[in-house]
Amino acid sequence: MSSGLSTHLKRLEAESIHIIREVAAEFRNPVMLYSIGKDSSVMLHLAMKAFYPSKPPFPLLHVDTTWKFRDMITFRDETAKQLGIDLIVHINEDGVKRGISPIASGSNVHTQVMKTESLRQALDKYGFDAAFGGARRDEEKSRAKERVFSFRTANHAWDPRNQRPELWRLYNTRVKQGESIRVFPISNWTELDVWQYVQAENIPVVPLYFAAMRPVVKRDGTLIMRDDERLPLLPGETPEMRLVRFRTLGCYPLTGAIESDATSLDDIIAEMLASTTSERQGRLIDSDEAGSMEKKKREGYF
Amino acid sequence: MIQAAPLASTAAIAESASEKSLLRFITCGSVDDGKSTLIGRLLYDTKLIFDDQLAALEKDSKKYGTTGPAIDLALLVDGLEAEREQGITIDVAYRYFATAKRTFIVADTPGHEQFTRNMATGASTAGLAILLVDARKGVLTQTKRHSFICSLLGIKNIVVAVNKIDLVDYSHVVFAEIEQAYREFAAPLGFEHITSIPMSALNGDNVSTLSERMPWYNGPTLIEHLEEVDVDSDLTAGPFRFPVQWVNRPDLNFRGFSGSIASGRVRPGDDIVVASSGKTSKVTRIVTYDGDLPVAEAGDSVTITLADEVDISRGDVLAPVADRPEVANQFSAKLIWMEEERLFPGRSYLLKLATRTVPATVTALKHKIDVNTLDELAAKTLGLNEIAEVNIETGTAIAFDPYSENRDTGAFILIDRETNATAGAGMIMHGLRRATNIHRHHLSVDKEARARLKRQKPAVLWFTGLSGSGKSTIADIVEKKLSVRGQHTMLLDGDNIRHGLSKDLGFTDADRVENIRRVGEVAKLFVEAGTLVICCFISPFEAERSLVRGLVEDGEFIEVFVDTPVELCIERDPKGLYKRAIAGEIPNFTGVSSPYERPENAELTLPTEEDTAEALADRVIALLIERGILDAE
Repeated sequence: MSSGLSTHLKRLEAESIHIIREVAAEFRNPVMLYSIGKDSSVMLHLAMKAFYPSKPPFPLLHVDTTWKFRDMITFRDETAKQLGIDLIVHINEDGVKRGISPIASGSNVHTQVMKTESLRQALDKYGFDAAFGGARRDEEKSRAKERVFSFRTANHAWDPRNQRPELWRLYNTRVKQGESIRVFPISNWTELDVWQYVQAENIPVVPLYFAAMRPVVKRDGTLIMRDDERLPLLPGETPEMRLVRFRTLGCYPLTGAIESDATSLDDIIAEMLASTTSERQGRLIDSDEAGSMEKKKREGYF
Repeated sequence: MIQAAPLASTAAIAESASEKSLLRFITCGSVDDGKSTLIGRLLYDTKLIFDDQLAALEKDSKKYGTTGPAIDLALLVDGLEAEREQGITIDVAYRYFATAKRTFIVADTPGHEQFTRNMATGASTAGLAILLVDARKGVLTQTKRHSFICSLLGIKNIVVAVNKIDLVDYSHVVFAEIEQAYREFAAPLGFEHITSIPMSALNGDNVSTLSERMPWYNGPTLIEHLEEVDVDSDLTAGPFRFPVQWVNRPDLNFRGFSGSIASGRVRPGDDIVVASSGKTSKVTRIVTYDGDLPVAEAGDSVTITLADEVDISRGDVLAPVADRPEVANQFSAKLIWMEEERLFPGRSYLLKLATRTVPATVTALKHKIDVNTLDELAAKTLGLNEIAEVNIETGTAIAFDPYSENRDTGAFILIDRETNATAGAGMIMHGLRRATNIHRHHLSVDKEARARLKRQKPAVLWFTGLSGSGKSTIADIVEKKLSVRGQHTMLLDGDNIRHGLSKDLGFTDADRVENIRRVGEVAKLFVEAGTLVICCFISPFEAERSLVRGLVEDGEFIEVFVDTPVELCIERDPKGLYKRAIAGEIPNFTGVSSPYERPENAELTLPTEEDTAEALADRVIALLIERGILDAE
């Protein structure tokens, strides 16, 4: 393993590689959900390591809501090309026709139609029986109880009261026709682990994580970047250039920026260690209502 | 109320990151022992609770809290809506925190009786357990239950957290009584270290800061103990075990075996054996994305290449030639049942052990264990959360170690074939050897007819000699030569007999006699099949060799004595057996602690010091020609 890694990062890396290989060995048709964020970048890097000198024996899938930052899409296409891995991009065309957007429909409906339903469409369309996700247990309360191999019914539903017990590193991968399993290889990583690993392994990440002058508007205390003309300005509102960066990445109208001058990985790690707010604080979709993540997950959200 | 100042400075966390190790532990206790509060306290004191989470916590405390106006730290860790409303934790939740010295993964496991399976789940990956005891109540039945499950899952380090000490006026006497009572109870459970700490998770006493209210206590705080405790199970020192996960074949020029090292170390040049087939080879490379490694050890995920084209697939276990795992299709185990649907002996399940999945049945339910009293009770079936000692039979033989020696190669799950549910979790105790029934069939085509079809004369070629004398090596060459001559052959040796037909036998004199008797009977059957059967057995006693001779017709038994001095055998020691025998690890070892009777009337004696194996094999062929068993070319 890489010599620059601390003991605990080596352990986390080896555990994740073990999980990724189990999936490739036991499932008929796996896919790796690729959301372009730092966690996905780490997961993809681990997959490259897991099968070396072979390439990962599964494609990447990006569920595109059409509202991702432009930098993310550029990064996505370059990464797939550079690594020589198949990339499937799925857009819920029905949602597009219905004019669903975070602005017109609100974050709830937009997420439901363009992310959750779109993901289910893609999984059904290609008949994937296992899908990797980059979620971590330290992100959010309901994630803490999620299994590494999380069973989903043929309707993609998650039943938190009826999860398979998961002992040692013996993962039960058995599914019937139509059922599937979501697999979270970096379950045991924390945000700090992810950044320290990105740094130690020199993993490319989307530039939006680094501070730069960007056009933002302030709404309900959150800084929203105006990534393109689709974000309508409210009366009297003018985007101003501010030095900002993002801790997590999603649909740009739903992702709050933070004011920061962190332009390097060192800066980011230092800033994170001093931070007093959690990573998902900038994610507007989580705070809609109590237990909102659990509700989304039951319905098939990653 | 939250009082203690955050413990870990963030700079310290970052600075020492490269030296940091990882400790996984579980917390066990009931709803009322303050377990969730303790975890909330650990997270808060190590600065893992952020402002926005604290704000959400304040909001939640008003709605669900049980601590009056104070923030309810327990709500921080009680994740799911359903359990929040019931005020209980219903599943295993994992938490993460770090100090300057270590990073920690906490499995938060429930205390209710019906959730034994969740505790076992949390304990399966933990190196330490914190048992919460309410100072007002002392050691309860559930404390005992949790201790038993920790012991069952192989946890060696226990922390008895005597919580709510503030409610008994920080009494030294109460603490000492609880500590004493627990030590007495736990004595038979085999824990290596038990540390008791008086604390108040709610107020923070002795969690991360030493309490001024208990001047009589001079042990470590909980955090200090967790940072310092040594839980290295020394897996690296154990024998090399490598369950193959995935055969790595990017192109025709590369064939590697990917997997995680379960124990021990491996280096290029090491001799390895495929446990189930007995095929051997040599490690050529340890391949990783970051370049080849000179050595890899327990816990590493690597890809290994071998010198030979050996047939290896997922589920095989690579091990040192001299220190192999057991290979058997029957073993005894402790089993925890995790499904509503009861276990019935005789029903077929899928068993997954390391990377191998095979059909399996529970052949005997020896007794179940009452987790409260540890009493052994008779049982016909097993229900949810019950624990039993069982015998299991698998469809094919699998490689394993006792769970006490290796969690990765000694643990298994049983999967319901109908629902795919994870129905049971087991820990192997040891392999079993049992006799099989023999059915005699009347045969209408005789030996001569069968031999005629093969255009050969059947015979038994019986190789005898010390372990390591070279029997198998010479026999292998002889068989190749016979094969080239178009002869139908069969080779019987310790490997294919001891693992199957004679797996119920040990190495006492009585068992050796019985083993040779069986081999003789099998050899006779092969002779009747018209086959040239080559037998390689130490067969130390003249009486048994004569017995086999008597089973076949005159002239059909050719005794070949492979004559190698015991000193030379000890020097060669290809399987490392002499070393272990001399160390007293293998009783009744021929040449060391059990006698070898030199053959008096062998048809052929091969002094291995005089000639090469190839030349000695030629002598065997020459004898067969001389005896009219083979035609001269």
